[in-house]
Amino acid sequence: MTSARDWRGLLFVAPFLLLYSLILIFPLLRGLWLSLNQVDLFGAGHFVGAGNYVRLAHDPVFGTSLINTFEVTLMIVPALTVIALALAMALNRGTKGAAVLRGVFFSSAVLSVTIVTLIWRFVLAPDAGLLGNLWTALGWQPLPFLSDEHLALPALAITTIWWSVGFPMLLFLAGLQQIPEDMYEAAALDNASRWTMFTRITLPALSRTLVLVVMLQTAAQLQLFGQSQLLTAGGPSGASRTAVLFLFETAFGRWELGYASAAAEVLFLIILAVTLTQYWATGRATAADGGR
Amino acid sequence: MASLELKGIGKSFGATPVLDHVDLALDAREFIAFLGPSGSGKSTLLRIIAGLESADSGEVWLEGKRIDKLPPGKRGVAMVFQHYALYPHMNVRENMAFGLKNARVAVGEIDRRIADAVRVLEIEPLLERKPGQLSGGQRQRVAIGRALVKEPKLFLLDEPLSNLDAALRLRTRVELAQLKQRVDAAVIMVTHDQAEAMTLADRIVVMNDRTIQQVGPPMEIYNRPANVFVAQFVGSPAMTLLPATLDDGRGKFARLKLGDGTQMETRVERSALPKEGSLRLGLRPEAVRVGGEGGPSAKVELVERLGERTLVYARLSDGQPITAEDQGDSKVKIGDSVPLAIDGAAAHVFGPDGAGYHRTGA
Repeated sequence: MTSARDWRGLLFVAPFLLLYSLILIFPLLRGLWLSLNQVDLFGAGHFVGAGNYVRLAHDPVFGTSLINTFEVTLMIVPALTVIALALAMALNRGTKGAAVLRGVFFSSAVLSVTIVTLIWRFVLAPDAGLLGNLWTALGWQPLPFLSDEHLALPALAITTIWWSVGFPMLLFLAGLQQIPEDMYEAAALDNASRWTMFTRITLPALSRTLVLVVMLQTAAQLQLFGQSQLLTAGGPSGASRTAVLFLFETAFGRWELGYASAAAEVLFLIILAVTLTQYWATGRATAADGGR
Repeated sequence: MASLELKGIGKSFGATPVLDHVDLALDAREFIAFLGPSGSGKSTLLRIIAGLESADSGEVWLEGKRIDKLPPGKRGVAMVFQHYALYPHMNVRENMAFGLKNARVAVGEIDRRIADAVRVLEIEPLLERKPGQLSGGQRQRVAIGRALVKEPKLFLLDEPLSNLDAALRLRTRVELAQLKQRVDAAVIMVTHDQAEAMTLADRIVVMNDRTIQQVGPPMEIYNRPANVFVAQFVGSPAMTLLPATLDDGRGKFARLKLGDGTQMETRVERSALPKEGSLRLGLRPEAVRVGGEGGPSAKVELVERLGERTLVYARLSDGQPITAEDQGDSKVKIGDSVPLAIDGAAAHVFGPDGAGYHRTGA
C-alpha cells in the first residue's frame, strides 16, 4: 500500500469527518472549555478553572434538579418497559384489529412534545381536565397534578410514558417475531403453563431487546426537558425541575454560559457512567448465560 | 388393544378443506409413516394428534382414552419437531428436563431418565452445552432425547430427517430403526420421502388430497398399490402407466392390448376387472427389460446409469413413455431403437376410476 492510496482513502471519509468534527467534536470541546470559564452572552469572559464545578457542588437548586431527574427516570423506565412489553405481547398477532391498535399506540410517538404537553394539560388540569371531571363524577376532590409538589413528577412521568411507549413497543414486537412458533408448541407439549412460557421462553429470547430498551430509555429520560418546561415550568417551587431544565434556565435565562456548561458536563458524565454500568452489568449477565 | 385410534377426523382452514373424514387405528408399538406430497394433510393430521391443531370433527383416542379435548401436554404424546425446536437459552440437560419439571416429576427420576436417554443417544458429553453450540445431527439427538425422557405412549416425528445432510440422514435412519426396538410406544413419522417410509415403517399410510389413499406394510404398498396415485408416488422411478384395452377371451387371466398393438397376458383375474371404461397397464421398471424377442420396440430418450443397473427412458411406437431396466454395463444410447421384454406376470391394471388390480396369489 502506498501513501498516496492512504490519502485517497481519507478523501472518502473526509465529508463525514468534517461534519462530525464540526457538529460533535468541536461543541464538545468548546463546552468543556466554556465550563472552565465565567462567561455571559456578551464579553470575553475569564478563566476560573474548577470554579464553576465547585459552585455546582454547593448549589442546592442543581442538587434538587439532579434528584428530580433520577426520580422521574426511575418512575418512567421500569413502568415504560413493562407497559411496552405488555402491549407488544398483546398486539403480537396477525389480526386486523391488532394492526390498527399497533398504529394507534405508536401514533403518540410521532407527536411533538408541545402537542403532548398540551394534550396532557387538558387531561390533568384539576378544574376542567379529563381526570378532574372523572374525580368529581366519582365524588372525590380533583387532584392538583400540576401544582402539588408531590404530584408534579408523577404527572411528568405519566405524560412521558404515554408519549414514549410506541418505540419500545415496536422494538419488543420485532423481538417477539424472532421467536419461532414451534418453540411455544414444544413448550405446550412440555406441559408448560403460560407463565412458564413467558419466563422461560419469551423473556430469555427478549433479553437483548430488554437491555436495549432500558439503556436507551434511561439515557433519554435523564435528559428529560420539554415536558418539564412546558407542563410545569419546573414548578411548583422547583419540585419538577430536571437537570436539563436547570441548565437551560441557567444558560438562556440567566445567561451564565460557563456555569451551564459545567452542569452539562456533569450530566454528560452521569449519563455516561449509568449507561456504561448497565452495559457492563448486562455484558456479565449474558456472558454467564453462555451467550449464543 | 389399539394404541391410537382416529375416528372421522375432518379439518378445514377457512374455506380450504385439508382433511376429510380420516379413520385410522394403530397397533401397540407400531411404527407408522404418514407418506404424501406437501399439502396432502399429513402434517395437519400429526398436529391434530399432538393437540397443536384442533379438528373440526372426529375423535382421537389413545390407549382407550379420548384425548382430543386435552391440552397437548396432557395427552401422553411426545413430538420431535422438524426444526427441533430446542430451547436456545437452556442447555441440553435443561432442555430434556423442562417437560418433566413442568409435570412435577421427582428430581431423582428426572436424573435417571436423562442419564438413560443420553447413554442410548450417546450425547453424554453434550449435557452442559447450549443448542447453539451443537451440530445439526447433535441437535436432532437432543430433540429425540427430549421426547424419550417423557416416556410417552406415542412418539410423533415431523419430517425428522429432512434437515440433515445425505450421509447423516442415512445414519440417523438406521439409528431411528434401532431406537424403535427400544421404546415401548407407538411411533408416527411424517415424511415425504418414500425411502424413509419404506425402511422404517411397519405400515405406511399414504395420504393425498385430504384423505388416506392406502394403509399397509411397505411391500404391500409397493406390490399392490390401491390406486394410480399410490402406484406413481411410491417407487422410484415412477411406475409406467400405459393405456390398454381388454382383449376378448375366455381365459382366467386378463389379456391386454397396448396402443402400439402389443398384447400381453397378465396375472390379474379377468372377472375382477370392470366391464366398461378404459384401463391402464402399470409396469414397474424392473418388469420391463431391454432385449429379448417378440416384444415391442421403443426409441430411447434418456439413459440413466446407476452403476449396478441402468434405467432406460424410452417411447413406444405410439408415443407412450415407458421406463425399462438394463444391466449396469448397458450399451444402449440415446436415439437407439431397442426391443423390450415385458413381464406380463408382474403387471398391474388400473380401472377407469384409478383403482388398482393386481396379480392373484403371491
